Amino acid sequence: MEKKNIIELKNITVSFDGEKVLDKLNLSIQDGAFVTFLGRSGCGKTTTLRVIAGFLQPDEGDVFFGDQRVNDVPPYKRPVNTIFQRYALFPHLNVFENIAFGLRVKGAKKEEIEGKVREMLKLVNLEGMEKRKVTNLSGGQQQRVAIARALINRPKVLLLDEPLSALDAKLRKDMQVELRRIQRETGITFIFVTHDQEEALSMSDVVVVMENGQIQQIGSPVDIYNEPKNAFVADFIGESNIIDGIMNRDDTVTFAGHTFVCVDEGFEHNEPVDVVIRPEDVDVVAPGEGMITGLITQATFKGDYYELIVEVKGFKWMVQTTDAYEEGQQIGIVLVPDSIHVMHKSEFSGLYGDYSTFSDEEDVVPPEEE
Amino acid sequence: MSGTYQGKAGKTRRTSLGTAILNAPYLLWAALFIIIPMFIVVYYAFTNKDGAFTFDNIKHLADYSGVMLRSLLYSLAATAICFLIAYPFAYVVCKWRPSSQKMANMFIMLPMWINLLIRTYCLTTLMDGNGLVNQLFVFIGIGRIPLMNNTGAVIFGMVYNYLPYMILPIYNVMSRLDKSVMEAAEDLGCNAFQRVRRVVFPLTLPGIISGIIMVFVPSVSTFYISAKMGGPGDFMIGDLIESQIHSQNSNLPTAAALSLVLMAVILVSMLILNRFSDDEEGGSMLV
Repeated sequence: MEKKNIIELKNITVSFDGEKVLDKLNLSIQDGAFVTFLGRSGCGKTTTLRVIAGFLQPDEGDVFFGDQRVNDVPPYKRPVNTIFQRYALFPHLNVFENIAFGLRVKGAKKEEIEGKVREMLKLVNLEGMEKRKVTNLSGGQQQRVAIARALINRPKVLLLDEPLSALDAKLRKDMQVELRRIQRETGITFIFVTHDQEEALSMSDVVVVMENGQIQQIGSPVDIYNEPKNAFVADFIGESNIIDGIMNRDDTVTFAGHTFVCVDEGFEHNEPVDVVIRPEDVDVVAPGEGMITGLITQATFKGDYYELIVEVKGFKWMVQTTDAYEEGQQIGIVLVPDSIHVMHKSEFSGLYGDYSTFSDEEDVVPPEEE
Repeated sequence: MSGTYQGKAGKTRRTSLGTAILNAPYLLWAALFIIIPMFIVVYYAFTNKDGAFTFDNIKHLADYSGVMLRSLLYSLAATAICFLIAYPFAYVVCKWRPSSQKMANMFIMLPMWINLLIRTYCLTTLMDGNGLVNQLFVFIGIGRIPLMNNTGAVIFGMVYNYLPYMILPIYNVMSRLDKSVMEAAEDLGCNAFQRVRRVVFPLTLPGIISGIIMVFVPSVSTFYISAKMGGPGDFMIGDLIESQIHSQNSNLPTAAALSLVLMAVILVSMLILNRFSDDEEGGSMLV
């Protein structure tokens, strides 16, 4: 696990027109990892990427590549390459010349260029397309050219700025798998920017969740999902019931009018906390048998499970269960210690409310077309 | 709209009739003011004063080969200088704030609102032996420098008059370049010079070609500027044509032959230019 850091950001601050976009950001990235910057638009993730690429000078702080401080190194001298959001292919060059661009600039020999471009075409499955105009390619093909054009330079780090956002859902899934394969095959560190939490969770070794120009949490996808650090992360990644509670002492927390046994420790005596319950971790039982009781205000059949909105002492929970329930039914709720996750209060506490205004809108999958 | 619908055939016919009616004024205009004058030029070029067919006018042009060559060289020089000034200028302006860019555009256009004759006349008064510029030279101790009535003055006058026609098409193309493509070039290892050579230049080629055409064509047929600002040895083909028309025994056939040659020169140079841009945009607009 102890691998050396390839990139380190120390106290990076960036402001646009007096507004802080990055606020004293610190981050270390390990060599060979697939790292994802995840956050909403405007959270500072693309700005961080541009600081690493060198397109943006931080107002304060230092950027290190290995042991070398690179603040004053221009982008063309940095050992990183970027995949731009809209690919930014050279419209005046064909597929071959787009991919060969970096090597031509370096003045590589003709045979070397030929060989490496072929190798890249194979890596991204574009063999036989070298003479095509890039302006006549589909989105997915342009994406592949962009990947090949960057990787041919053997960068130490590949930066990907929301590269899949312009593709349709099915193609996006395919490219996720492909990018993961390419990352494993080449062993190059990937830094991937996205606002899509599913994409981040399924592709990355490390997810960096960002908001308000700061890193909210760094961890493996499983850690981020199971052990969110604050209400923002819990709300942003997956569905969460975030409930006010009091941490009585280690392993004991009171919320929703009941005192539960949990597995969280290291809090102050009687500290006010945010409690996260994932909808799928709730056990639904008969009204009398639960630790707490609730009234189902909405029940939706989702195919492999039912999604219930349950009112417990005026707070609406989302519950997912495989058993059939109907609106208006009273139920009991059982929470085993492992299903309860306790977090310190943060600036995000209380921002997200309950599920009383929840609609299915976000879950609508766009029609999948080629 | 006209009541009965006559099926597909009838409809197409009506549309084509409508198109024909719409086109008619332009076709008439083209015939009257472009095609017919061209035929008149050709007619005069190949007839003598009695209206008989002859190659004499064309053969006669050999006497003027020096003037023609000079015109070609002067206009090539003016075009090259315009390009060398305009390209870096457009490149720099594109990096300014949008409001400053608008301002710069205004100042480029401003001289174009003033008549060429007036502009050139003003230039001569500025650059005369006793003009403002020389007064300044004397004042700072350099002394009087002959700025007028030489080749340099003619080319300067041409550059001064035609520079906006080089800047505007180049600026237009350059300002629309995708910023992320520039960043991609930088990302892939290009320093500023390589970025211009490998990306900016090829992508702005259509603008460059329009600019060259728009400066070269009026330059090669320049007449007033050379007569006003040049010396006796700076006579250009435009002046020659003018003098043939205005001479005592108005020599229209020679003037026609000269302008026919001029047209051929322009046509050939545009064909050559189009070779450089296989891009479908801009370059092939004229031939």
